Amino acid sequence: MNFSFLGTYYTFFLQGMYITFLLAVISVIAGTVLGIILTLMRRSQIKVIKWISIGYIEFIRGTPLLAQIFLVYVGLPMILQVNVPDFLTGAIALTIHASAYISETMRSGIEAIPYGQTEAARSLGMSKRRTMIDIILPQAFKNILPALGNQFIGNIKDSSLVSVIGISELMYQTTTVRGTTALGLEPIIVASFIYLVMTLALTRLLSHLERRLKSSDYR
Amino acid sequence: MITVKNLDKSYGSHEVLKDINCTIHDGEVIVIIGPSGSGKSTFLRCLNLLEKPTKGSIVVDDQEITDKKVNIDKVREKMGMVFQQFNLFPHKTVIQNICHAPTRVKKMNKAEAEKLGMELLGKVGLQDKRDVYPVTLSGGQQQRIAIARALAMQPEAMLFDEPTSALDPEMVSEVLAVIKQLAKEGMTMVIVTHEMGFAREVGDRILFMDHSQIVEENTPEKLFTHPQHARTKNFLSKILH
Ligand SMILES: Nc1ncnc2c1ncn2[C@@H]1O[C@H](COP(=O)(O)OP(=O)(O)O)[C@@H](O)[C@H]1O
Ligand SMILES: [Mg+2]
Repeated sequence: MNFSFLGTYYTFFLQGMYITFLLAVISVIAGTVLGIILTLMRRSQIKVIKWISIGYIEFIRGTPLLAQIFLVYVGLPMILQVNVPDFLTGAIALTIHASAYISETMRSGIEAIPYGQTEAARSLGMSKRRTMIDIILPQAFKNILPALGNQFIGNIKDSSLVSVIGISELMYQTTTVRGTTALGLEPIIVASFIYLVMTLALTRLLSHLERRLKSSDYR
Repeated sequence: MITVKNLDKSYGSHEVLKDINCTIHDGEVIVIIGPSGSGKSTFLRCLNLLEKPTKGSIVVDDQEITDKKVNIDKVREKMGMVFQQFNLFPHKTVIQNICHAPTRVKKMNKAEAEKLGMELLGKVGLQDKRDVYPVTLSGGQQQRIAIARALAMQPEAMLFDEPTSALDPEMVSEVLAVIKQLAKEGMTMVIVTHEMGFAREVGDRILFMDHSQIVEENTPEKLFTHPQHARTKNFLSKILH
């Protein structure tokens, strides 16, 4: 095996790593916002709103990410009647995908908050909405932070799929390097190693943060 | 004044409250006793509409709160409630627990709310706990904070649902002392409790509930010494040994 190509091509990998990281960050943050909205929609008294949310979540969870990426890639410009930049397309597809899973996590996070919290808030004259925003969501959010961390790590790996629509994240860059150097295996090994380092580092960081969060539990 | 007329509450076919009638005058302390499952909590929760009555009316100061057009949140502002499990907000400090509703719901300004909060903390004897989180407090302390939190909305009446039932025995008296003090100050209160000595001491009137109904109501003196109904006698003999 020959890794001497790294001397020339390491910037490709760094560039890819950066885009991969960016996609994961954007999709976990935007996915959380969208996920919370979906959760609130799902809890709505209005049936139509509730069913839209359920339908969306079931669809995303029941279809492959790759199909969703192509749906956004082809469908979004058709619906909006404008050209959507590739990076944005990828970010949107990953966000849509993540939001369904985050919404389910959020829902169980909310359900884990004792009903007494809602009762206490309502008995103080707080509206349903205020109770949700001020009392329930902050507690639920804290409970699901570890799960959001795992989602973030998942998004890093999922983002490799948007290489199919030409976004120059790590996997796409790897393909480019394979093509130019005519090396089949080595660039893939490098890319895998980079993914592994990123996810392992984040896992360690997150479990450290989680421990700090636990020990600081409202003290 | 709170007037309850022909109040019914059912869950499906399960009748939990049957034809409840009762008047609570300003400054009066009503104590509700009765076996578990008799509907005491449900009655209390109907008074601030945490449960929606199936039938009947509740009138608070000439306003029929059971009317559909009434803003429930406004009604609840007038009725403080204290729960068996305290239900403090764990993500907020003691002072934030107390000031949250006054500032967010009543739009009281922050300085004013904190001043009120500190006064109330003084009243329940916990001024030094101002900036700690509820998990660091004992059950008795948490319940006293919960009382202060409810009082911060300056309610016209307070509802207590077994406020000492979740407490270790040595903490019961500190909470009861706070409630007794409120009674002295003329707060209108409805209290569900199993502490018979306390009921007798603090209550102006005792309601005995059994099987979804108010079986008997009387002054503590009369109800405890001369219960009229067999069911009341039976209950008291069990609970007082
Ligand atoms: N949300 C509910 N759904 C169905 N049944 C309920 C509900 N809440 C209370 N009950 C029933 O109503 C009855 C009275 O309950 P409750 O008012 O809590 O009694 P108490 O406070 O006197 O112990 C019980 O039989 C209880 O099982
Ligand atoms: Mg009860």
